[in-house]
Amino acid sequence: MVTLTILLQVAAGGAGLAKAGAVVGAGLAAIGAGIGIGRIGGSALEAIARQPEVKGDIASNMILAAALVEGVALGAVALGFIVGL
Amino acid sequence: MIALLMSSSAMAGSGHDTDGANVPFSPSELIMHHIMDAHSLHIVGDIALPLPIIIYSSAKGLEVFSSSNFHHGEATYNGYRLEHEHIIVVDSEDNLDEAATAEIIDFSITKNVATLLFGVILLIIIFTSVAKSYVRNEGKAPSGLQSFVEPIILFIRDDIAKASIGEKHYAKFMPFLLSIFFFIWVFNIIGLIPFFPGGANVTGNIAVPIVLALVTFFYIIRNSGKAYWIHIFAMPGVPTWVLFILTPIEILGIFIKPLVLIIRLFANITAGHIVLLVFFCLIFLFGDGGNAGGGFGTAVPVMAFTIFINCLELLVGILQAYVFTFLAAIYFGMAVAEEHH
Amino acid sequence: MELITPQIGLLFWMTISFLTLMFILKRFAWGPIMGALKEREDSISEALDQARLAKEEMDKLHSSNEKLLEDAKAERNEMIKEARELKDSIVAEAKEKAKEVTDKEMISARENIAREKTAAVSEIREQVALLSIEIAEKILKEQLSDGDKQKQRAEDMLKDLELN
Repeated sequence: MVTLTILLQVAAGGAGLAKAGAVVGAGLAAIGAGIGIGRIGGSALEAIARQPEVKGDIASNMILAAALVEGVALGAVALGFIVGL
Repeated sequence: MIALLMSSSAMAGSGHDTDGANVPFSPSELIMHHIMDAHSLHIVGDIALPLPIIIYSSAKGLEVFSSSNFHHGEATYNGYRLEHEHIIVVDSEDNLDEAATAEIIDFSITKNVATLLFGVILLIIIFTSVAKSYVRNEGKAPSGLQSFVEPIILFIRDDIAKASIGEKHYAKFMPFLLSIFFFIWVFNIIGLIPFFPGGANVTGNIAVPIVLALVTFFYIIRNSGKAYWIHIFAMPGVPTWVLFILTPIEILGIFIKPLVLIIRLFANITAGHIVLLVFFCLIFLFGDGGNAGGGFGTAVPVMAFTIFINCLELLVGILQAYVFTFLAAIYFGMAVAEEHH
Repeated sequence: MELITPQIGLLFWMTISFLTLMFILKRFAWGPIMGALKEREDSISEALDQARLAKEEMDKLHSSNEKLLEDAKAERNEMIKEARELKDSIVAEAKEKAKEVTDKEMISARENIAREKTAAVSEIREQVALLSIEIAEKILKEQLSDGDKQKQRAEDMLKDLELN
């Protein structure tokens, strides 16, 4: 119902179309980043469970990989800033 | 559901008319006001510290005066007017002079600049005193602030610099890596402090990550060895036709690396501030239009949630400082890598 | 859009303040701190090295002491052995000598005895011869004085002699 209202407003506003697109795009990017970071975190936990002695190395590599995925998602956030605000 | 409807209409209306006396509460405006720069340092309530305005224009040269002359955008001073925290040039009838406005360069000590200077002085005081205690406690166990800072310095040296750059070259990057780490961390924390010396979204203002990334970029270029450029222009062990695809990507990569550093830091911190403020705005959205019950009712869960988000942001603050330093160290490691094929 | 447009003023101040910060910290903070950390690590590792060296020295000393002790023990054992051998040999020699001496004495005694015996036997023989002659003389004298009786007597004497 909220979506419907937003869509109605978008239809009425015209300029709001870009904002709606930005919001949807941000949501999609969040899904992608969520899947990516979730997989990284899960795999890292599995790896730590399997070999707890290399925990430090795994953690720093995990953060590095997560940062790379996050970078892409934050591109979407930045795009949202450009269009939305 | 009704409140959400109200909020969406409030957001939609916020961009256009803000001069009306009885406008509905606009979270978008409030959030933007908080995360953007300002020409006065807001302390509490209506009390704000005026900051110096420094304007350079080719026509009038350098002008310095206090921001209190603008009376929060209500008065015109010297042909200048403050509108939405932007200084504009107006003619005698208070109309915008676009050509002249494009000419001026605003070097004002804004809220962010003031916080920046404050933080820089803080960092200098902290670390010179730590350095002094190293001289004083020579040969003894670290004490006080020194013992708090030392593990972090050792972590940056051993787990970031030595691990990513290598034993041979890491030493010359240490001052830079330590500086950016503590700079980002301290300003992330200052940004999370909601009252006077803090509150400015310094690391979340794109100018700050841009400078940090540019310095990183210059460090990479200045210290890059032959092997680095060979890897970019002629990746060894790759067929020639692949190079036609790979080389442009690698050349783009030189610039994408600092760009991603900028976006990561800026977007993370700004997004964190926005999330925090959005939760706060919920109280006022529910309490909008004199609905005190809605306001108080939401205040309790919202407060709990903002405390949680705040703790998360503290973690993000240190994590982003770590990630920025770590990635910079990895890029330096690539730049100084020696040929070993 | 405004959010990602950097303001020139902030860029300017940020560049100046960050470079100043880096310069000052490099000069007055990171330099001394890194130097002190390195010095301390060096001194710690040096101390550890020295401790290890001292331990090695101790071990060496200990083992040499042990060796000395072992040597002394061996020497003592050797000496005891030698002394025992010496004693044994002396005793054996003495025994030998004593045996020799007694043997010699015994031999000479035996010889003496034998000589005495032969001397005594020859003397006895002489005596017996003399006695026989005397007896014979006496008998002859008696026989010659009393014929039958003489005869009887001679027969008796002969009988006696035969018994002897």
